[in-house]
Amino acid sequence: MRRFKFMAMTAVMGGVIAVAAGCGSNDTSNSGKGNETASDKLKGEVIMDGSSTVFPIMEAVAEEYMAAQPDVKVSVGSSGTGGGFKKFIAGETDLTNASRPVKDEESALLDEKGVKYTEMKLAFDGISIVVNKDNEFIDKMTVDELRKLWVDNGSVKKWSDIRPEWPKEEIKFYSPGTDSGTYDYFNEVILEEKPMVENATLSEDDNVLVQGVEGDKNAIGFFGFAYYAENKDKLKVVSIDNGKGAVEPTHETIKSGEYAPLSRPLYTYVSNKSVAEKEQVADYTQFVIENAGELSEEVGYVSLPEEEYKKDLEKLNELKK
Amino acid sequence: MKLINKNHVVKKMPTRLAVNSICKGLFFLATLFGLLVLAILFYRIFTQGIGHLNFDFFQNFASRRPEEAGVKAALIGSIWLMAVVTPVSLLLGVGTAIYLEEYARKNWITSFIKLNISNLAGVPSIVFGLLGLTVFVRALALDRSVLAAGLTMSLLVLPVIIVAAQEAIRSVPRDLREASYGMGATKWQTILKVVLPAAIPGILTGGILALSRAIGETAPLVVVGIPLFIAFLPQSVMDTFTVLPMQIYNWTSRPQEEFQQVAAAGIIVLLALLILMNSIAVIIRNKFQKRY
Repeated sequence: MRRFKFMAMTAVMGGVIAVAAGCGSNDTSNSGKGNETASDKLKGEVIMDGSSTVFPIMEAVAEEYMAAQPDVKVSVGSSGTGGGFKKFIAGETDLTNASRPVKDEESALLDEKGVKYTEMKLAFDGISIVVNKDNEFIDKMTVDELRKLWVDNGSVKKWSDIRPEWPKEEIKFYSPGTDSGTYDYFNEVILEEKPMVENATLSEDDNVLVQGVEGDKNAIGFFGFAYYAENKDKLKVVSIDNGKGAVEPTHETIKSGEYAPLSRPLYTYVSNKSVAEKEQVADYTQFVIENAGELSEEVGYVSLPEEEYKKDLEKLNELKK
Repeated sequence: MKLINKNHVVKKMPTRLAVNSICKGLFFLATLFGLLVLAILFYRIFTQGIGHLNFDFFQNFASRRPEEAGVKAALIGSIWLMAVVTPVSLLLGVGTAIYLEEYARKNWITSFIKLNISNLAGVPSIVFGLLGLTVFVRALALDRSVLAAGLTMSLLVLPVIIVAAQEAIRSVPRDLREASYGMGATKWQTILKVVLPAAIPGILTGGILALSRAIGETAPLVVVGIPLFIAFLPQSVMDTFTVLPMQIYNWTSRPQEEFQQVAAAGIIVLLALLILMNSIAVIIRNKFQKRY
């Protein structure tokens, strides 16, 4: 009797495993058939990791690619631009997505490990500066004012510190976390590597920043354009004046480069070795370049001008030789 | 010996009764607080996510279009992960507990080991992720497979299982063991036929809490390098996969409002999986509990 119960327990566990395995094998038989009929079908793996900002674009591309080449196993991770480069340096990924260009120390490590890579641009993102909907005094700001606002000076900041006619109320800051490429980019062009205000609320989840700015009259924050575009009715965007008049981030101003300096390109870095040795990686990369424009628009980013994609394609063709 | 002063007792009675009802009220409030938060959570999740729960949600892979996004890869991946974590962590955990409680000599080394195991239970999960990345993914070259992730997760939950199993084994009455020895049974026979069956309810309670933690963790898996988007299912423990909590987290961080609803639907699936796992454990536990 006792033995029976142990057997029952084993059976339950075995059942769980069998269900999992069963679900798996169903799918193979389907894709296996597809392989026999078409001879130009590719096989193998394409491994990607990197920026969570670029992830939605790559997810869309991979989704479409799986329809075209069902036997190629594409996997996309989202461990952040920096985390992605670490894996790329270790040679564990074929492509790594980045929301900023590769850093000097990262490229030094890549050289050291002998990983040769090529940079491809995928799309634009416009970092949008937003304030609360009820904020009536701000609608534009110069880059210098933005810098004065965000760089730490050791004291609590009031709006009136920036412009005397603004209210004497304490400013609440909301910023993406320091691991994100968005922070890195802002740090480079606005903060110029100086420390950010100490009392800023940092979050890796941009929806938290949206809620923060939405709920606080004296809040200011920044994040990717897609988050502003989806929450236009809840937030007020600040136009940025870079010496040529105030420019509001819109699809057109980001695409034309007018919205400067906060419009940034998104990248993917492809390993030259993977392209040369793995046919599926070369094919996938080409698919990425051909479809990135359209698909990035669909997930909320701004496509690059056509020439940029042509340049990417030329770079890829060089690698294939 | 003084006799009980009746007047004194009567005088004290109202205060004692009042303290009693205050305590009862406090504990009831404590319970209510938890339940209320849970009810609000359930209400929010179900109103948001129920619309997305249909057959297609289980049949589709993740997608950029919220209406086409599904949990197929993540759900199957989570089941695969559990299929590795459950046997590995239970066998290792219960084995360790049996050794420490039944065989190991009671000296300072044993107590030092026990102390460290309890401390391990409080180590942040991301540390286990780093360990998994160095040992399983890189040194043992298991890559980003179900096996590598499963072993990492097993290590993460092992301390909890060991401690729970130790407590359960210790609480088996001495009489039972002695009766068994008295009948001429060896130590191993006693452990297998007397101690373990009596300890199973306790072991399973700890085990199920630990496994529920494993199924809801994301941090170590992100560090190990488990991908977020895959449009294929693992065929063996050496294949890569993704899990429900990672998928849910990604959906909640999307800018589009519709993805919040997809995330809620994903949470319902995760809750259902948890309830299923817990029910199996409760059924097994009740069967054994009746005996002693």
